[in-house]
Amino acid sequence: MKYTWTLTKARMLLALRNRAFIFFSLVMPLSFLFVFLGIFARWLAPGGVSFLLGAVLALTVMGSFWGLSIQLVMFREQGILRRFRLAPVGAGAMLASSIISNYILTLPTVVVEFAIARWVFHLDRWGNLWGVWALVTLGTVTFAAFGLIVASVTNTTQETQVINNLIWSVFLFLSGATFPLAILPKSLQRLADYLPPTYLVTGLQRVLVSAATLWQVRAELLALAAGSVVAFLISMQLFRWEPEEKVTRRAKVWAAATLIPFLLLGVWESAHGQLRSDSIRIYDAVQRRAMPAPPPR
Amino acid sequence: MSTPIIEVENLVKRYGAVEALRGVSFRVQEGEVFGLLGPNGAGKTSTVEILEGLRVPDSGRVRISGLDPQRSGDAFKQIIGAVLQSTALPEKLRVSEALALFSSFYSRRRDPAELLRRFGLEEKRNAFYGHLSGGQKQRLALALALVNEPRVVFLDEPTAGLDPQVRREIYDIIEELRQGKKTVLLTTHYIEEAERLCDRVAIIDYGQVIALGSPRELKERSAGRTRIEVRLARPETDGALRQLDGVVDCRVLEGSYVLHSTRVPQTIVALVKHLEAQGNELASLEISTPSLEDVFLELTGRRLRD
Repeated sequence: MKYTWTLTKARMLLALRNRAFIFFSLVMPLSFLFVFLGIFARWLAPGGVSFLLGAVLALTVMGSFWGLSIQLVMFREQGILRRFRLAPVGAGAMLASSIISNYILTLPTVVVEFAIARWVFHLDRWGNLWGVWALVTLGTVTFAAFGLIVASVTNTTQETQVINNLIWSVFLFLSGATFPLAILPKSLQRLADYLPPTYLVTGLQRVLVSAATLWQVRAELLALAAGSVVAFLISMQLFRWEPEEKVTRRAKVWAAATLIPFLLLGVWESAHGQLRSDSIRIYDAVQRRAMPAPPPR
Repeated sequence: MSTPIIEVENLVKRYGAVEALRGVSFRVQEGEVFGLLGPNGAGKTSTVEILEGLRVPDSGRVRISGLDPQRSGDAFKQIIGAVLQSTALPEKLRVSEALALFSSFYSRRRDPAELLRRFGLEEKRNAFYGHLSGGQKQRLALALALVNEPRVVFLDEPTAGLDPQVRREIYDIIEELRQGKKTVLLTTHYIEEAERLCDRVAIIDYGQVIALGSPRELKERSAGRTRIEVRLARPETDGALRQLDGVVDCRVLEGSYVLHSTRVPQTIVALVKHLEAQGNELASLEISTPSLEDVFLELTGRRLRD
């Protein structure tokens, strides 16, 4: 792990020179921000901007897995990884530098989003900023590691894009990040208990809207912490330097094992937990009392 | 003889049904420039990549300066440098950044600024890797292979696909490495390169070393012989040419006949007489001393390149 920091610096430089990275880490999240806060906030009660900001921050964090997976697959396809393999650089340093550089570059976007929310969209409260920081940090590691796993079980960038699109749609639409869980059918709400982003979205909305304490969002923090550790270890296990190394069946099983913590958590949440009800409660909290549905003119 | 710095014993490597290496063995002494010469697909890259630790042999033993590439990890990586055949750097990495990055990985470092100068990359120091020409990329690859003052340098087809001028530059660099007493293992399918650069050469074909020695030793197999290559208007049976005065060997190669003769004048007179008698005509005739190409031809019945 000795060379992680020098690699991290180089990776940050490369990311900033990469158009795809700028798109996924800056353009896309900011577009979500303007669409969500510009259009939907006016339908909601005070706290609505915070509620929507939570969703946008979650999308920003989740975007990590897009850029990283594509980049790693390209590095492998072009034979860049094997050049690094000749040097005393381990898989751990390679993967950790991916995640750390991504994290450092995600933070400014988060700050910009806060600033825009405050000064353009009149954010009326800061919420629990420590909670925001903790969730963003754990979330970035988790979703970045997911990206690295996808990179290890796909062979070409096209394949990676297909898998990413699939995962992204599920994460986007079934976790409360776009459609609040409260308005989804009961069956889909149940499914959300098993999805990693649900913890991120719900956690962020709770710390932002009602300034929930770290202790109050412990379930979300714990889920993301477990997810990040398991996903990182599995990404180390699956890492491939060489383009012609085949993806083994064992690797696919390992990749699927990434979901185990979330399956277990989901089972527990479904039976005893409050993830879903918290998500629904926080949505209710920002609804206008008098007029729940159609927007005022 | 001191202990060799590279020891390779009986390497076997299969890719599915293909046996890429069928028991490759050789030893290289410290300070030697050693060449693996052979046609494409002979197993040169497989051998080098096993030596670099990038591939795992199915069986056999490798020691580089006493270290096992598979087991010695970073200690091994610290002492080697290499130019790979299929590799790249990130497009948007600048030349100077690449050198700084790679030199940061090692405990022994050569001054990156000096490397830039030595490899004529000073003007390109701020250029992106993606904007370099093929020759510049290769010079950068060589500079990167030397950032850690390696004890052993592996060069896998270092001049393939480069124009003659860049190729000469790379020859100069290898010559300098020899003078600096570095051990260099290079693969090539260019005869001239092997003859010109290498202290010793292993000729490799179908995954086996079929001859090993200094270029001169190898050529001495054909000592006292002269090579006469002729093209004829009409095909001949090679049996007849073999009977000519002074001829010790005759092979047909892509429509021309390669004769090895110990008595050139007699052979040529006999050849002309023979052709006259057959009503055949001579299209071209070329006399030369045998090269490593002939050694390869003699051993395999094929030309090295194609």
